[in-house]
Order: sequence, then C-alpha cells, then structure tokens
Amino acid sequence: MKSQLSRTVRALPTLLRIGVAETVAYRAEFIVWILTTTQPLIMMSLWTSVARGGSFKGYDADAFVAYYLATLLVRQLTGNWVAWQMMEEIRMGTMAMRLLRPIHPFVTYTASQVAALPFRSIIALPLVVILLVTSASSGVTHDPMQLAMFPLSIAMAWLITFAILFAIGSLAFFLTQTMAIATLYFGLFSLFSGYLLPLDLLPTPIAKIAAVLPFRFTLSVPVEIITRTLPHGELARLLAAQVAWTVALIAFAVWLWNAGVRRFESVGT
Amino acid sequence: MIVAKDLKKHFKVHKRPPGFGAAVKSLFHRTYETVKAVDGVSFTIERGERVGFLGPNGAGKTTTLKVLAGLLHPTSGDATVEGFVPFQRSPELLSKITLVMGQKSQLIWDLPPSETYAMNRAVFDVPRAQFDATLKELTELLELGDLVDKPTRQLSLGERMKCELAAALLHQPTTLFLDEPTIGLDVAMQVAIRDFVRSYNQRHSATVLLTSHYMDDVVALCPRIIVIDRGTLIHDGDLRGLVKQMDPDKRVSFTVTTPLPGGPGCDDETLAKLGTVLAKDGKRITLRVQERELPSVVGELLGTLAVADLAIEDPPLEDILRKMFGKVHK
Repeated sequence: MKSQLSRTVRALPTLLRIGVAETVAYRAEFIVWILTTTQPLIMMSLWTSVARGGSFKGYDADAFVAYYLATLLVRQLTGNWVAWQMMEEIRMGTMAMRLLRPIHPFVTYTASQVAALPFRSIIALPLVVILLVTSASSGVTHDPMQLAMFPLSIAMAWLITFAILFAIGSLAFFLTQTMAIATLYFGLFSLFSGYLLPLDLLPTPIAKIAAVLPFRFTLSVPVEIITRTLPHGELARLLAAQVAWTVALIAFAVWLWNAGVRRFESVGT
Repeated sequence: MIVAKDLKKHFKVHKRPPGFGAAVKSLFHRTYETVKAVDGVSFTIERGERVGFLGPNGAGKTTTLKVLAGLLHPTSGDATVEGFVPFQRSPELLSKITLVMGQKSQLIWDLPPSETYAMNRAVFDVPRAQFDATLKELTELLELGDLVDKPTRQLSLGERMKCELAAALLHQPTTLFLDEPTIGLDVAMQVAIRDFVRSYNQRHSATVLLTSHYMDDVVALCPRIIVIDRGTLIHDGDLRGLVKQMDPDKRVSFTVTTPLPGGPGCDDETLAKLGTVLAKDGKRITLRVQERELPSVVGELLGTLAVADLAIEDPPLEDILRKMFGKVHK
C-alpha cells in the first residue's frame, strides 16, 4: 500500500506533464471549450440591468458584477470533462489500456484534468484582476481568513465536481451511454449550484433543497467565501461541510468505479 | 506461470432485428441472449513457454486473453497469472504482464511515442538507468530510429506496431499476451516482429501467449498450441502432434524439367500410384503421400523423373485447422 502510494506520488509530475502536452495538442478545441463556459457573463449583464434601478434583494449592480465574475472564476478553475472522457473510453473499449497500468484510473484521470488548469488561468487570471481593480472590488471580501480559505474551498469544489463526474463516467460501465445523465447533471448543477443566479434569489422551497444538495459546494460556497463577509463560525461550518462532501463523494465515486469495472466488456477487438 | 481452471466468460447480448419498428419495440421490450465466449477452458502454461492460441473468429481467444490480463471479470472458474488473480488487477501483477492488441493502441495518439514511454516509465516506476538501457535495446532490436519522436498519428501501421511493442515491454514484463501483434503488417515486418518476440522470450524467460490469424507467426514462434472453438478447448499440445493427429500424410512438392503432361512417367496415372495429386500447375506438382511410403515415393521420383527441386512438408496449418473446425461443427 505504502509502495503503491509512493509510486503514485513519483508518477504525478510526469502524468501532469503529459496531460499538459495533450491539452496543448488540442489547443484550438480547448480554447473554444473555455469560451463556452462564459455563461455567467450573460447572466451578469441581465442582472446588472435589473439592479440599475436600485438594489434587488440586497444585490446592487456592483454586487452582481462581483458575484458573476467570481462565479466565472470558480467555474473556470473547477470545471472538467472527465465524465465525457470516461464514457468514450468505456464505449469504445480503449479503457482497457488504462486498466493495464498499475495506477488507479482515479489518479490518472485526475492528473489529466488538473493539467488543464494552467490553460484555464488564461481566462481566470484576468478575472481576478478585474475583480480587484474595478468597482466590483467593493463586492469582494477583505477578511484575511476568508481570502486564505478561498483557494482551499476552490480545491474542494474541484474535487467534488470531479468525483460527481467520475461517478457519472463510471455509470457507463452499466449503461454504456451516459450522455443524458451528464446533461441532467449540468441542468441540476446550473440551478442548485448558484451558476445561473445567487442561491438566495431562488424561491425559498428551492433554496432549501439547494442547501442540502452537493451542488452548492461545487460553486456557490467558494463564491460566497470571496464575495461576502462571513462570521468565522459560518466559514468553518461551510468548509467542514465541504470536506464532508469531498470525502463522501470521492468514496462513492471509487465504490461505483469498483462495482462497474467488473462489468467492463472491453469491446472493440 | 499461467493457470486457467474451468474458466468461463458469458456475455448477455441484446438482440434486435433491423428496422425502425424493431428499434421502437426495443424501447419497451428487449430480448437478450447469453453468448458463451469462453465456456470451461483449462490449461497450464509454464514460465518461459511460447504458446499459440488458435481458433476461428469468435472462438473466444481474445476474451480468454482479456480475462487473463485482468480486463474482464470471469463469469466462473479460476485463473492465476504469476500467482495473482488477474481480475483483482494488483499493481504487482500489472507490473509483470503486458497485453499487446494489434487493433488497439496504448500510444497517446497526438503525442510522439517517446511521451507514452515517459508515462509508462513513471506509472510502472522503472528506474531511470533501467529505462534508458531497455529503451536502447528495444530501439536497436525494433529499429525504431527517430520514429519515437514523430506524433503517433503520423506513423504507418507497421511503424506504430513496432513503437507499440516497445511501449508494452519497457517495464520488462515476464508474461506477454499478444493479440494479433502482426495484423496488417507486411511480410518483412511480420518476420521482424516474430524474431523480436522470440529473442525477448529467450532473454527474459518470458511466457508468451499469442493469438494470430497468420499461421506463419504460430509455426515460427510456438512449439505448443492451444486450439479453442466456440469457447471450449479442443486441442492442447505440440504443433507436430496436432498435425500428425489430424493429417499424418506429407506434402511432396517438386518441379520437373520436362513439360507436363506427357513426360515419361509423369502422366496422371503414374502420379496417382505415388500419392494423391493435390496440385498440378505447369511443371510444378504437389502430391499427398503417406509417411511410410515417403522413401520409396521420393526414390521413384528422383530415379525416374528429371526433378529440378523437391520439398517434403507437413500439411499447412490452415488446412489442419479448417479440417479440425469442420469436424467440430458437424
């Protein structure tokens, strides 16, 4: 177990380097894909025009700008496409080659997705600059503890998103084609994560449902940490809940993988 | 060492007739059938053996290989490879085996093979010095040259296959599962790959289990063959034993210098007395002759005809297998 762990740690730098090389190989497609994740900018223009006549449920125009820029930033840093990658590899049988390597696919998929982060920074870094130097900066927290916890919250949001998509990808062992499930996931994510609009603008019954689902912790929680002033007790509660979801969903994703891989048919030869 | 005991792998397959109506009907009601891809296969392969795995399409060869490589979970039965249960896919086992599939690539498509090699070095945790030495050896044996620095997608099939073999062997596995490793390659490349596999087997005492549609691969590489058909084992033994059992007669091929037919002693009637005429093409004749008659037939041919060359061979393996599968299917 220990040697397996140290083998994995030693392999990570190479896996990340190869992942970066692969991302560069598909650079045009990658840039187009990044541009398709700019939906929050549309929502931002919509809500700022609503707020022009005065604040709406506590949000003025600058607050909306800060919220949606932070949403776009978090989305850029946490989005990944592992479910689609797994579906294709299971359906075509090319997953076989991944299974022949002595490192768990959860790790190899993680490395290939993390490798895309430097390229996502192309969009993410200017967003940070805009957030800090424009009037939207009034909507950004100045609490050092929240600022310090923001990267940690982003990391956990990434892991939760990855675990959910890894689980959806693993469903392809059972269903072969899980594109519809991934689309359903994205629909639920858009509503319950705060991607379309801040969760406190949702009707109360829906907001209550959003509070107990994991989607909030994939996006809204890091956005809340950077755009609001939270009592430290509340900050700790949010981070603890995020840790719990991270652990639970990774365990679930790996369990589903282990159950599914027994059904792998390795088609294609 | 590879051990398979009453190994079975059954698949549940959805059956649907063609057409729109059937497609709509399949939304509400589906008919499944069980395909017994492997149905009770048992064998033991010792360390260092080279074994050919033969059978017609759909016989269960590749499925057996995939079960042994840990890709498929068997329906029932037991299998161990180098003392490990394959489907548990322990890192220790995966470090000792390799599976080369002629129709499936492990090379990263958009990057040069050297990047796949670097990745395999990392995931198999091969020490740098060993990696460099093995890569140098493989580069020389397979004549890879600068192929390893071209994007995989730009390599020809033969070049890709050579790079594929190198990728599969960089961690120096001691059990090789080779599924159609020469498919689509020209004759020279097939010979090169065969020579390489034999040399690797001898240098590393590696166990080789090979499937191929090219009987020359099997004849050249495998002293022992296992034949399966419709998921069941129908022969396990040496190649000569199988040939003797199925068709003990020899093939005597010769070329006469006098024109045929009509040359002295070369008419159909005379040839029929020596053996069964299998082919007669210009001056080239092939006879089927019983083994015990061989000395007298050859003496007769050489004594009475102007023979330019003469060869005595076993019947082609293709014919043996055709005969074998024909028998099984009756």
